[in-house]
This record gives sequence, structure tokens and C-alpha cells, in this order.
Amino acid sequence: MRIPPRQVQTLVVGMLGGATLLTLAVLVFIVVFVLDKGLPVVTWTFLAANPEDMGRAGGIFPIIVGTLLLPLLALGIALPLGVGSAVYLNEYTRETQMTRIIRFGTDCLAGIPSIIFGLFGLVFFVGILHMGWSLLSGGLTLAIMILPTIIRTSEEAIRAVPQAYREVSCSMGATRWETVRKVVLPNALPGIVTGVMLGAGRCISETAAVIFTAGTVAQMPVSAFDSVRTMAVHFYLLAREGISGENAYGTAAVLILAVLILNTVAYWTMHAFIRRKAR
Amino acid sequence: MRLSADKFAQYTFLGIACSAIASLMLIAVFSLKEGLPFILWYGPVEFLTSTNWNPQENQFGVGAMIVASLWVTAGAMLIGAPLGVAVAVFLSEFVPRPVMRVIKPAIELLAGIPSVVYGFIGMMVLAPLIRRHLGGPGLCILSAAIVLGIMVLPTVISISVDAIGAVPNSFREGALALGATRWQAVRMVVLKAARSGIVASIILGMGRAVGETMAVIMVAGNTPRLPHGLLEPVRTLTANIAIEMSAAIGRHREALFATGVVLFVVIMGLNSLAMAVMRRKGAR
Amino acid sequence: MSIAKLTVLLVGVVAVMCGGCGKHAESVTLAGSTAFAPFAEKLGGQFMAIHPGVRISVQGGGSTVGIQSAQQGKAQIGMADMVKLPPEADGLTAVVVARDGVAVIVNPANLVTNLSMSQVRDIFCGKIANWKSVGGKDALITVVSREAGSGTRSSFEQIVGNVKLTSGALVQDSNGSIRETVAGDSQAIGYLSHGLVNSKIKALIVDGVPCTVEAVVAGKYALVRPIFLLTKGAPKGATQAFIDFVLSESGQTQIRKDGLLPAK
Repeated sequence: MRIPPRQVQTLVVGMLGGATLLTLAVLVFIVVFVLDKGLPVVTWTFLAANPEDMGRAGGIFPIIVGTLLLPLLALGIALPLGVGSAVYLNEYTRETQMTRIIRFGTDCLAGIPSIIFGLFGLVFFVGILHMGWSLLSGGLTLAIMILPTIIRTSEEAIRAVPQAYREVSCSMGATRWETVRKVVLPNALPGIVTGVMLGAGRCISETAAVIFTAGTVAQMPVSAFDSVRTMAVHFYLLAREGISGENAYGTAAVLILAVLILNTVAYWTMHAFIRRKAR
Repeated sequence: MRLSADKFAQYTFLGIACSAIASLMLIAVFSLKEGLPFILWYGPVEFLTSTNWNPQENQFGVGAMIVASLWVTAGAMLIGAPLGVAVAVFLSEFVPRPVMRVIKPAIELLAGIPSVVYGFIGMMVLAPLIRRHLGGPGLCILSAAIVLGIMVLPTVISISVDAIGAVPNSFREGALALGATRWQAVRMVVLKAARSGIVASIILGMGRAVGETMAVIMVAGNTPRLPHGLLEPVRTLTANIAIEMSAAIGRHREALFATGVVLFVVIMGLNSLAMAVMRRKGAR
Repeated sequence: MSIAKLTVLLVGVVAVMCGGCGKHAESVTLAGSTAFAPFAEKLGGQFMAIHPGVRISVQGGGSTVGIQSAQQGKAQIGMADMVKLPPEADGLTAVVVARDGVAVIVNPANLVTNLSMSQVRDIFCGKIANWKSVGGKDALITVVSREAGSGTRSSFEQIVGNVKLTSGALVQDSNGSIRETVAGDSQAIGYLSHGLVNSKIKALIVDGVPCTVEAVVAGKYALVRPIFLLTKGAPKGATQAFIDFVLSESGQTQIRKDGLLPAK
């Protein structure tokens, strides 16, 4: 029996919609669960004070600073490298043995568990390069960790820019670099921002690699050679060592709100950018 | 002058493009240096196939953990990949743009939640549910697969949405003009065109599932024994390294680096497989 | 061109952070035992309040990381929590700064309240697999242990003696998760630092001695392990001052208040 395409469509759309609802339900559950347990703890003092008594009392201010600085540093290193790699792979070369090796290497790098990055960072940056447990060691380690995500998403974004744009640009006498800079990258920006958001998300949510490289010191960093503690690490230490469940959830709640605000601002900025360009 | 700037850019980009490979090499060389001598000393066959892991008695077999990693990853992808792609298709093709623009960042929010939080919720909410309704200790393959399946969703969804969004509208319009329904247009034209991006999203998601450590430690039970069912506790390769590395010395430490080498090879294998699949589909 | 600007901005931020490499007059880094790290952090805070020129940084990582960091000079002080230091710690100066009782814990719903040492051994070896055999309900025992190499585990196994952990045991890598696992599973048994026992779990009486601070201090409770601070060579300067501070009257009182036992 042949089911009419219209009915198939209704059925499929229903299933897809169901899957979407399920995913959103899980998201809402996680967020509500954490906020419900965590928000009662979150006050201005909690945000602005230093942690006291191992994190049982006081706040998380230096930890918020650490959570901002570490991904910023990692992205500062990984973004130029990642977007540059993607530009090279798509704009400067054809599909060759070399690009296949680079893509394969990128995929492998994406698959390396964060714990291996952590061990590598511990021995290489902390040990051999004498950076100690520091913002710098952590930033470099995380940069390598998110590099494949940035490359992959940037590549998809760049590949999605219609070929005609490049042809028009070249036919007007622009060099390849000018085409990349003025035509390809601006049009690929939304996709690149997705990669940045995913990368920042991975940095913020990482625990194992951060503990091994950036350390766990809950004080204000004075230089790039000071250790920092991120909110994920703080949550881990409080929850796993059984120090304070309430403050652990409080930290997680702040983290989720921060990520929410970050995402909203990034998208708003991006759309404003696209609209301005369209005008 | 312009030409030289262009050449300069080209060589700079080539150098930059090698950064991923260089990092990979550095990590690979470093892991092999620490792990390979141990594998040779212990015997590769014994190391890979033995299911006895008992560091205090110098028994180092990772067979059970390889099986566990495969089970957990397969379970996570069975949950995460279809769900993620379904959500991506729904959001890109069957929902008004403004709604998608709200929901997509909301889902990407999932990526910013630390894995330890997922693990903790899995341990506090999911494991007791499974223990009560399905039996077993609750900390098991099923819990780990569900938690990981949820964790790979943002990766799969956002990259798939971008890939589907990049398919030119003329493709859809062409199919619709030929009398196809919206779903037929999606199935026959859009999904085919977006395939490489979707597969990329699944590979990246799988990488995250194989490599996830903290969440797995909290929900998988970490028993280094060959599992006989979905409700049995298991220890994955990553969990083995993360759990014991901070306390390991001497041979034990080397054995954990050797576990890292195995993990490396497993991931290389999975990636090669995924790429081979992708190429065959592309050829057809 | 906004990407270029963004890059310049980020590079600038990095440069500024690298530029501000002002070091403190003296910096002491402690690394190692996750069980003692929170205490060291708290004591470090108090120490810094008295000595403003010194920055005390505390890193976790586990006892092994502590031993290696002290050996390699990555940290001035290593922290380790095990009954017997491994050969890798040879050549380090070790000071006992605190002791920690190890409580054997079950779910509060469990009818069993006391076990003999040999019953504990048989349960963790898997010879006793049902709670009925030790006076409880007819239910299988879920053994929960720390990871191989953990200071708590090696101390526990050495004091109990001849423990060959049952292959079906769940393994958790921290005190907190052992506690959560046992709190959530009515058939579970585990062990953790006695300072972390709360109302969600029940500490068992072992060989007739309850796991209380008094019993541990009196030397009656058997499951006790020392916590070491390790330095390469004799400690000097701020390192020496900090260790002295930990061992001082106020340091030891603080340690005791937070659930560890004083060194002596």
C-alpha cells in the first residue's frame, strides 16, 4: 500500500516535532533543576565576594574572573589558527593529499579526550615549558582542544559561501586575499560565530583538562602565569569532595545564566551585523 | 606589491593550517613515548584482550574497557544522532525563522553546561530512576549512554542546522515546483546536499562521546569488568585514565598512558570508518 | 574589518596579561591530595592574612601529583594521604600535619549497624555477597570503592588487610561521589574520610568501636591514615613558615574544627 505523500509529511513532521519537543524538555529540565537548587544561594555578595572556608561560605568573584579569562585566552589563540586553517583548506588549495591529511588530523584531534589534553598540557606546558599551573598553560591547552571545532565549523561556513561571490570578486580584479577578507569571511561570519560559541562552551564546561593545566587556585590572577579556577572546576571541587552542595548548585546556576547571556549577546551582535550589511 | 601580499597570505595560511597537525603530532609523539614501551613490555595481545585490570597485582588488561567504550559510545550515538538530526531538520525546514533563532541558541546553551553538571544530575536523578524501575546498581551503560546522548545534541544540532541552512533555496524551490511535498524536497534534495555537514556533526559528536570523561565517571559505575547487559556498571577507557591517573605511579602510570594510546587508535579507527562511509556515499 | 579588529583586540588582551607579570615577593605552591587541598587552601588564606607578602597557591591532583610535583620542583610542598609513602617519595622530607579516620558507610535504611573487621574484609573481597549473611535484609551487597592508587583506598586495604577487591565493585574517584552513591543505594557499602559523614549515610561500628573523633584520637578506632606534607630537602623561608603555621596551635585547632584530626 502506498501512503499519500501528504500523510507521510504530516507523520514525519509530527515525529520531528516530537524529537524537538523532547530535546527542549531535557534542556528545560536541566536548567530548571540547576536554577531551582542554585538560585536561592545567588546574591550580590555571592557574585562579588571572595570564597571563604573552602567555598562553604563567601562568594565566587575570582572564579567568575577566571571563567572569563581562560576561554578568552583560548579563543584568542584558537580563532586565528582555526579560521586561518579553514581559509587555507577552502580558498587556497584544491583537494590534495595534503588537505586530506590536515582534515584527518583535525578529526583525530577532535576525538582526543580532554583528559589526554590535560595530561599533555601538564607535562608539556606546565612542566617542560615551565609555565606552571597558569592561565597561559590552561589557555594554550584549551586552544588546542577547541581548534578542531573552530576549523570544522569555519570550514562549513566558508564552503557555504556561494562560488559566484568569489567569481564576481575575482573578475573585478581583487586578489585572492582581498576576496577572502572582503567577501568570504564576512559572509561566513554566522557560521564562524557558531564555532566560537561551541568552542567557548567547551572551554567553560571543561573540568579535567583545566584542573591539570590552569590549576585550582581561587584567587584573583595578577598575571598570565597565575593559576585560576573556573566555575566548572569550582562546582566539581565543591560537589565531588562533598564540601557544599548548595554553593555548588549556586555556582552552576551562575554559570548557566552567564552562558545564556553570552549566547544571547553573541547572537544579537551577529544579527545586528548581518542586518547592517544587508542595508 | 598586491601580489606579494597575496603570496604572503597564502604561505601564512598554509603555516596556520598545519597547526592542527602539529598539535596532533606533538600529542601523539608524547603519548606514544609514554605509553608504547609499556605495551611492548606487557605484550600487546595480552594488554588488549585481557579483561583483568588489577594494578595492585600488576594485571593490566584493557579488553573490558575497550568493549565498554564501544557500548557506551554506540548507545550515545543511537540516542544523540537521530534525535539531533531530527531536531536540526525540524528547526531548519518546518519552523519559522524567528522561532529557530530563539531555539537554536537555547540548545547551544546545553554545550556550555559543564559535563560535571550533566554527570551530577545523571547521578542524582537518572541513576536512581533506572535502579528503581529496571534494576541493577543504576550506574550503568544505559545511564552513561543517555547522559552522553544528551551531551552530544548541541554539537550535532548546531552544525547540522548550519549545514542545512547553507543549502541554496533554489534547490528546495526546484523540488517544490516539480510537485514534491516539503518533506520530499527535504529528504530527496536538502538532506543530500547537506550530507557532508551532517556527517561532520555526527563525527564531532561521536568524538565528544568517546572522549567524555567526567560525566561518564559519575554515571557509569567504573567497574573494570566485561559487561553482560545494559544495566551493568562499566569503565570506559577515558574513565580509566581520569580515575586512576592522579594516583598512579611507575608501571601503573605507564599503563594509563598506554590506555591513552589505545584510545587514540580507537578514535583514529572510528574516524577512518566514518570517512570511508562518507566517501562511498559520495561516490554513489 | 571586524575579524581583524577582534583578533587585534584578543592579541592585545593576551599581551597585557603577559605584560603584567608582576610576581609576589614570595610564592608557595602546594599540590597533591584532594582530601587535604581544601584545608590547605583555608589555612593558606589565614596565613596570607598574617603575611601579606606571600602568595599561597593550592592545587589538587591527587597524592601522586603531590609527590611528583615536589620531586620536580613544580610545587614547593607536596600533599599525600597514605599509610605508607611509595618509593617515588624517597628523598623528600615528610611531615605529618594531620590524621584522617576512614569511616565504613552504608545507607541509613540498612539494618546492619556493626561489622567485624573480617566481615568488612569478606564483603570487599566478595566472599560475603548478601546482607543476610551479616544480619541484614535478603539483598545483594553493592560494594563501592575508591580507585586503585587512591590514598584512602590503599590505607583502607592495608589496615583491613588482604583485601582483593571484588571484580563487581563500583569505583568512584572522590569522597563526595562515594557518599552520593551510598546515599542513593540502600544495598551499598563504601568508605570515606570520617569528616564527611552526614545524615544521608550511616557510619558502621567496626570491631565494636564507633567512628567518632574521640575513638580515633584515643587510638581505639583502627582505620586511620596520616596526611603528609612533603618538601624537597629541608623547608626554607615562607615554605617553612607555612608548615610551622599548619602545625601551630591555631592551625591544628582549625584542622580539627573542619573534621580532620590533629597530627599528635
